[in-house]
Amino acid sequence: MEKKNLKGWLYLLPAVLFLGIFMVYPLIDVLIYSVEEGYNFASQTYTGTGLRNYSYVLRDPYFLQALKNTFLLVVITVPLSTGLSLLISLGLSSIRPLRELFQTVFFLPYVTNTLAVGLVFMILFKKTAYTDGFINLILSWFGMTPIDFIDGPYAAKMFVLCLYTIWVVMPFKILILTSALASVNQTYYNAAKIDGTSGLRIFFRLTLPMISPTLVYLIITGFIGAFKAYSDAVALFGTNLNAAGMNTIVGYVYDMLYGNSGGYPSYASAAAILLFAIVLTITCINLLVSRKHVHYFS
Amino acid sequence: MKKEIMTQKSGGSYSARRTVLKTVTYLFLAFWGLVVLFPFYWMVLTSVKSYGSYNSEYIPKLYTLSPTLENYGEAFTAVPLARYFANTLLFTVGTTALMLIVTVLSAYAFARLNFRGKNLVFVLFLSLMMIPNELVVITNYVTVTDLDLRNTFTGLILPSVTSVFYIYLLKENFEQVPDQLYYAAKVDGTSDLKYLFRVMIPLCRPTIVTITILKAIECWNSYVWPRLVTDDQNYFLVSNGIQAIRENGFGRENIPAMMAAVVVISLPLILLFLCFRRMIMAGVSRGGTKG
Amino acid sequence: MKVTIQDLTKKFPGRGRKAAEEVTAVNHFNVEIPDGKLVGLLGPSGCGKSTVLNLMCGLLKPTEGRIFFGDEDVTNLEPEKREVGMVFQNYALYPHLTVLQNILFPLQNRKGPERLTKAEMREKAEEAARLVQIDGLLDRKPGELSGGQQQRVAIARALVKMPRILLMDEPLSNLDARLRLQTREEIRRIQRETGITTIFVTHDQEEAMSISDVIIVMKDGEIQQIGKPQEVYDAPRNLFVAKFLGTPPINTFSGSVRGGKLFIGENAVLEQKGIPDQDVTVGIRPEGFLPSPQGALVCGLDRVEVMGRDVSVVCTHPACQNPVIRAIVSAESQTDPDAAEVRFDLKPNKVFLFHNKTEERIL
Repeated sequence: MEKKNLKGWLYLLPAVLFLGIFMVYPLIDVLIYSVEEGYNFASQTYTGTGLRNYSYVLRDPYFLQALKNTFLLVVITVPLSTGLSLLISLGLSSIRPLRELFQTVFFLPYVTNTLAVGLVFMILFKKTAYTDGFINLILSWFGMTPIDFIDGPYAAKMFVLCLYTIWVVMPFKILILTSALASVNQTYYNAAKIDGTSGLRIFFRLTLPMISPTLVYLIITGFIGAFKAYSDAVALFGTNLNAAGMNTIVGYVYDMLYGNSGGYPSYASAAAILLFAIVLTITCINLLVSRKHVHYFS
Repeated sequence: MKKEIMTQKSGGSYSARRTVLKTVTYLFLAFWGLVVLFPFYWMVLTSVKSYGSYNSEYIPKLYTLSPTLENYGEAFTAVPLARYFANTLLFTVGTTALMLIVTVLSAYAFARLNFRGKNLVFVLFLSLMMIPNELVVITNYVTVTDLDLRNTFTGLILPSVTSVFYIYLLKENFEQVPDQLYYAAKVDGTSDLKYLFRVMIPLCRPTIVTITILKAIECWNSYVWPRLVTDDQNYFLVSNGIQAIRENGFGRENIPAMMAAVVVISLPLILLFLCFRRMIMAGVSRGGTKG
Repeated sequence: MKVTIQDLTKKFPGRGRKAAEEVTAVNHFNVEIPDGKLVGLLGPSGCGKSTVLNLMCGLLKPTEGRIFFGDEDVTNLEPEKREVGMVFQNYALYPHLTVLQNILFPLQNRKGPERLTKAEMREKAEEAARLVQIDGLLDRKPGELSGGQQQRVAIARALVKMPRILLMDEPLSNLDARLRLQTREEIRRIQRETGITTIFVTHDQEEAMSISDVIIVMKDGEIQQIGKPQEVYDAPRNLFVAKFLGTPPINTFSGSVRGGKLFIGENAVLEQKGIPDQDVTVGIRPEGFLPSPQGALVCGLDRVEVMGRDVSVVCTHPACQNPVIRAIVSAESQTDPDAAEVRFDLKPNKVFLFHNKTEERIL
């Protein structure tokens, strides 16, 4: 028995070590950092404990800007990307020829480097002295004046950020929804057809309830993912997001770490914990709401 | 059979509506296909336009009649793109290999071995899945800085190794291997480690390949952690490299060269994807998430 | 290799709501298995016979008692050190390895001086494959084989390392009826050829009786009887053994001994000297009935089932504890299927008397 115990733990040892050092300990540590006031990274000293880090972060205009940006991004991209991916998945599952090709193409953004393709989006939207950019070319066909989407008005910048975020998150959602749709038992559809049910009615009374657990899963992970947005913004607007006014909460956390002489881990920790609290709250609300409306089929 | 009967019954208008619906569906899907593919087209197109011709196009052209590869040369010589590449490769291989060892061993322990405290540890592991990376990155950054591991591969790799989700995925798969095989192997004098390597791993190879690929993709695209712990160009990964190129690369706004670099960076994963398409998509739909 | 089991007991911790109670799967099990015999371990499901097998191969550790292979005490030896071969109920073949690789697997586990060269291993594996007649299938994967073939591969894999003893857990239960007959002959032949002491577990008494040198009948973790199949059949120690062996099963009646005579209902059926007067349970084998116009046992005739050489006379009697009586009689006895009743004389050596309370056999 003794030997058996030892063996089990030996197999587990690497995982326990890695997780202990790089996950469990940091988790405790981040809480401690967030309440240590006036922490100095270089000397590793602090002046006292309390919630002043939190109040600093909550009053910091950069954080408030990041908060606003992140909320806008979440509110815009989650419903849009979920709805759009549902439409595309429905389209995909209703066709036979070319389906695999479409699926493959739609999945491509998943395997591309967010930073790299973000650059492409940047040059597509950017207006410079030499060129108005491709998107402005299209806009001009419709008689619109060129806008600088990268360095111009806030709404334009937000538009590009949302667009790119949607572009990036779509593959995952399409894939998950397509397989959810495929796993709905075909006999239900056959039965409905024989009963002469209309297509729209089949969708709302049959398909939607059947895939509702998947939809909820996507919405929840979508919220979490969108709240953690960062590298999309970096790809479009560069690393100095505060200057561009396009920072996100996660970006704010990291920017707090970059500063000279090691940055401000205390402020970063407070912001990270605030983010975690927001995400947790939203997820709980999501779960509560969905429990009322989701049908689970065994 | 059934279909034929139905179309006959409902006559022409029904099938006409169907055709319209089909056409709309295809148009819609094709439109999204265009949205997805266009950035890729634009990046390849721009990368083969010469610096001069690109900058002279006030109205961007959708094609080029004189493609050139000189930007690719520029991308490799003006910035240490090859170095970024090698770094990323090393980081990806190192992290993925370590992740595999850690994951396989612990999944085996959870699935096959019996020891005191197993269930408790497993629940703890599962609860760690909820923890967002952003929370732990701060301390890890401090740890790595304190240990003087900034701008080292050790500092890059070690905190990126473990993925609780993959342990969970593999454990589930390991548990599907019938117990009797284990007993048979025991009676035949097989050690646990040997059983793991000769029976469990070959039997669960699809899952192992899947998590390897998913982890490799994750590594190849990682940006945040490398950016935190490296400020020396010699340790930049491609993501950081591309960002550096964007901020100050090529001395001037050499967009075609930048796009050439983007193409080079994107290509390996796209090729990997095209080779293992089914496996990757199946793996992701089993619960992979981006980032 | 002689196998001695002394006082073997296995208790499992209770589960779920009965967590406090221990479950005794094997209770003070004692047996001595002579070298080179084929032993059938027989009992209804849940009687602990598979637990005994797992204790012998070392996958389970006993709560009490000892196990000896020859003179060596193996009780605390790990399974990999016991040098036993085991055939699992569902064969447990490694699905990703070919037949040959499966058979080679145990040999490749050896280390040090015991390790054979590649050529020797291959030779041994082929020899084992020939023994079970699958030498033409060596390059197939288990998934491409029929159930019977998989069974043979499993036996070859168990035999290739020349185990000290061979254990089989329900070796025939996953086969269809025809293959079962064929395979049990095969097991008998292989065991004879190799001379390895073999213990197999089964819940099918016919299977056990037909090929075993010795059968061990178990119930509720305890041995009921050990002996050669015919001996156990002819002289069951208690009502359970009598009922468990034989097809069709034994017919039981409520009876009594009064004044040196055995009564079933009101019929005095046999002389029974030397037994004090008492109520008893009477067991009569189906072949113990002799139809006779003046027979002592009078039964209501239900129907006659023709089976060729024999006929099965299905009849009723108020004292019978089974719904019907089944008597197997020679087809020549010419029972009239339309008669209302049928009378039997009884063969004394096919009639067993059991104590009403203890169910032990009196005679």
